Amino acid sequence: MSARFAPLLPELILSVGATVLMMAAAFSGRRASGAIGWLSVALLIGATFALIGAPSHAGPVFDGLVSADLFASFGKAIIFPAAAVAIIAAHGWFERGTEHASEYAVLILFSAVGMSVMVSATNLISLYVGLELQSLAAYVLASYRRTDERSAEAGLKYFVLGALASGILLYGISLLYGFTGTTGFTGVAAAFGRGAPSLGLLFGLVFLLAGLAFKISAVPFHMWTPDVYEGAPTPVTAFFASAPKVAAVLLSTRVCLDALGPATEAWRQIVIVAALASIFLGAVAAYGQTNIKRLLAYSSINNVGFALIGLAAGGAAGASAVLFYMAVYVVMTLGAFLCVLWMRDTEGRPIESIASLSGLSQTRPAFAFALFVFMFSLAGIPPMFGFWPKLVVFRAAIASGYVTLAVAGILGTVVGAYYYLKIIKVMYLDEPGEPYAKVREPVQGILVLLAALAVSPLGYLLIGPLGWLTDRAAGSIF
Amino acid sequence: MSGLPLLSLLIVVPLVGAVLCLSVKEQGARWIALVTTLIVFALSVDLWANYDPNGPQWQFVEKLPLGGGINWALGIDGIALVLIALTAFLMPICIGASWRAIEKRVPEYMAYFLLMEALIMGSFAAQDLFLFYVFFEGGLIPMYFIIGVWGGAERIKASYKFFLYTLFGSVLMLIAMLYMATSAHTTSIPELMAYDFPVEAQKWLFLAFLASFAVKLPMWPVHTWLPDAHVQAPTAGSVILAGVLLKLGGYGFIRFSLPMFPEGSYIFIPLLFALSGVAVVYTSLVALVQRDMKKLIAYSSVAHMAFVTFGLFAMNRQGIEGAMLVMLGHGLVSGALFLCVGVVYDRLHTREIERYGGLSDNMPGYALLFMVFTMASVALPGTSNFPGEFLSLVGTYHASTWAAIVATTGIILGAAYMLWLYWRICFGTLRHKDAAAMPDLSLREWWLLGPIAVAVFWMGIYPESFLRPIRNDVGRLLVRLERVAPAGDSRIHLAPMQMTHSDHGATH
Repeated sequence: MSARFAPLLPELILSVGATVLMMAAAFSGRRASGAIGWLSVALLIGATFALIGAPSHAGPVFDGLVSADLFASFGKAIIFPAAAVAIIAAHGWFERGTEHASEYAVLILFSAVGMSVMVSATNLISLYVGLELQSLAAYVLASYRRTDERSAEAGLKYFVLGALASGILLYGISLLYGFTGTTGFTGVAAAFGRGAPSLGLLFGLVFLLAGLAFKISAVPFHMWTPDVYEGAPTPVTAFFASAPKVAAVLLSTRVCLDALGPATEAWRQIVIVAALASIFLGAVAAYGQTNIKRLLAYSSINNVGFALIGLAAGGAAGASAVLFYMAVYVVMTLGAFLCVLWMRDTEGRPIESIASLSGLSQTRPAFAFALFVFMFSLAGIPPMFGFWPKLVVFRAAIASGYVTLAVAGILGTVVGAYYYLKIIKVMYLDEPGEPYAKVREPVQGILVLLAALAVSPLGYLLIGPLGWLTDRAAGSIF
Repeated sequence: MSGLPLLSLLIVVPLVGAVLCLSVKEQGARWIALVTTLIVFALSVDLWANYDPNGPQWQFVEKLPLGGGINWALGIDGIALVLIALTAFLMPICIGASWRAIEKRVPEYMAYFLLMEALIMGSFAAQDLFLFYVFFEGGLIPMYFIIGVWGGAERIKASYKFFLYTLFGSVLMLIAMLYMATSAHTTSIPELMAYDFPVEAQKWLFLAFLASFAVKLPMWPVHTWLPDAHVQAPTAGSVILAGVLLKLGGYGFIRFSLPMFPEGSYIFIPLLFALSGVAVVYTSLVALVQRDMKKLIAYSSVAHMAFVTFGLFAMNRQGIEGAMLVMLGHGLVSGALFLCVGVVYDRLHTREIERYGGLSDNMPGYALLFMVFTMASVALPGTSNFPGEFLSLVGTYHASTWAAIVATTGIILGAAYMLWLYWRICFGTLRHKDAAAMPDLSLREWWLLGPIAVAVFWMGIYPESFLRPIRNDVGRLLVRLERVAPAGDSRIHLAPMQMTHSDHGATH
């Protein structure tokens, strides 16, 4: 009995822990919010360590509903720490308002369980359940500051559009089930492998991909992203941009390469169009933004486009490139959002305008330098490490013969470089404005430092081990 | 000292200096920067002294795999050696030129300069394709700040233009590099230099690399970022931009385009000659009508760089050696000319040519040195640019007499705009009171310009010192280019008429 559940140890830790903490939060109210937050972080770290060892690589479990393999473990190893960072990021954030502060961490834990199911799902049903578990927690999180109109609006928008996307996804799943008679990835793949796919199967594939595209906010299903990112409280935005994005991208990768593997020619063009559209729209639409969270929302759309280039390349090399990209992307994005979190006026209220960053290099040199590293890294300018994941996805595309795609994608980086440079320009080239209040959060400070070091030129030392891991993880789904 | 990893030190020492600069106050940062650049210069002298011109092609080789397809692989041939020496020579002068001129955010400024030095050294020394790209592209960041923070009134626009133009060129090169690494299964530059890509692929690869190097060099019509960047950059920024950064473009042609894609290069010789021809004539004419001193010198840089492309794509020994000498000579002379502009700009805070005149009366020392560099710029025999431009023109003549005709007009036009510039600034009467009140060169300024003047004469009188290290490497490149080198029309047309035509086209 215990052997059957062993591969699910991380999920069990999180689910049981989250339930206990939820009760604790309900009964203790705001007083215990700090303790619950740190306990949640501890649970996530514990779940990450539980990934190590043989049981988590046991292969299909529960009759193939989920698969415990290296691919899933790699995803979880990114998702759990990212979720932990999102909890740490909220430290001291919700205490000021009138909201319940304690449930935040619990919701993140539930979301993490959902994401954990997403990355290991090998069945359309478990895929959907994981996705919904993650999304439901996320809807609540988006409107967490319910007295704030923008936050409530963000939550409602996210919920309505997310429900629509879930409907589309479910419709696609039902079509696939109807035409193949199974919901397992292997069964679906076998059905696609039996010659040219029928019209019904193609419809199912398109709807499935459309639903997933919404979750990873790829163009043309990206509309909700800027509004939700702007409206949601900043720690929540940091969370949305990191862990759920990784989970959704990894889920899409597994669906495309595993379940839809034999139909590669059918989905590849969709992924290519979505990739290029995301890259260019993400880059161009960011030009006029004055709110840094909105700008980072477009940046995340732009980045997903690059990850999709790796997916379009296909094969183990493409999957490995996607994993590599997402691993570095999470570090850059969380680092950037932690910096945004520190943009507060003298009374401790958050500021979100890009203009308020002006002259930061002179008032707060270390802060500015950290953001400098993250921006150049996101822009993919060497010698920052953010350059390497872009190189890896383009290398995968070229190795598969998609040179034109790579050329188009890389021109997108030049377009995108402009708005990252804009932030650099405001911080370094403009005269200092009103200085920010000092934020005393040593743990966040250490996290920013670690993230900045990881994506600085020192990150090139990671290429070897990270590349080895992503290659092995990608190999496990074939 | 040969036991030390000299090339790694050339990269690491400035980086350490940059970090130190950030941790001290203004005066401390100045001294740290100066001492660091002097140490780097000493290292490069040591490098030159230990380099064996008759030894193996790649010397001082270091290799440390980083995994995932990138190696910390360094090594130099003579071509990289002389460019490293040029960089190391100009850097202390740049720091000296910024001693008084830069007053705000000094530690940051010095740190960017040292970072830039490290990245440039890395670009010249890199033996791994992607390592080269990281250094090559990384150079954009410090230059962006040097222009953007310490530049003139329109610095923001100039810095953006510089950054995005260069980035646009480079990313296409990156795609080409990825293609090369995938199809040749190696990222080692020496191995790729001997690898034969299919001719069809070479065409595209050549164009992709051209996009990058043409912007960097710059060639007409993608040169428009250069005048803006030069005018807005602080003096030392202009010096390093004209003196070294542009040379990365020429270095790229020698290191990548010619040896890796000989057929591709051959196919596009007409394009390269046409662009270079337009550059020589057009930018020289544009330089003639400039009212801003820095802009004039910036346009003259574009014209001079056209001699480099002419010489390189002539694909013969005279042309390529000439192109190398033009790069070195221009690095010294244009740097010195920008310093000369900086000298009077620091005093009067204007670059309008009209605001000066008759400076030979009150600033005789300045007028003397400025004349030396003006003469060097018009390639007077005995100065640094003469051997380079002469050889480059000879090489071009062997490849195409028509191209040589166009190229030679550049010499005449160059003389016209430079002499006229000198006349308007140094001769005539002292029309403006404030210009007349300017003091002559200070001791610091003598120390900046003096060494360059010595180097200018050295290169002009005994260019062999600079040709010796590159001779064998040019020879190896010529072997590689043998199968495609253009026959040239200088002999083909004359051969039937003249019975005994001297064999001046053959390599010596």
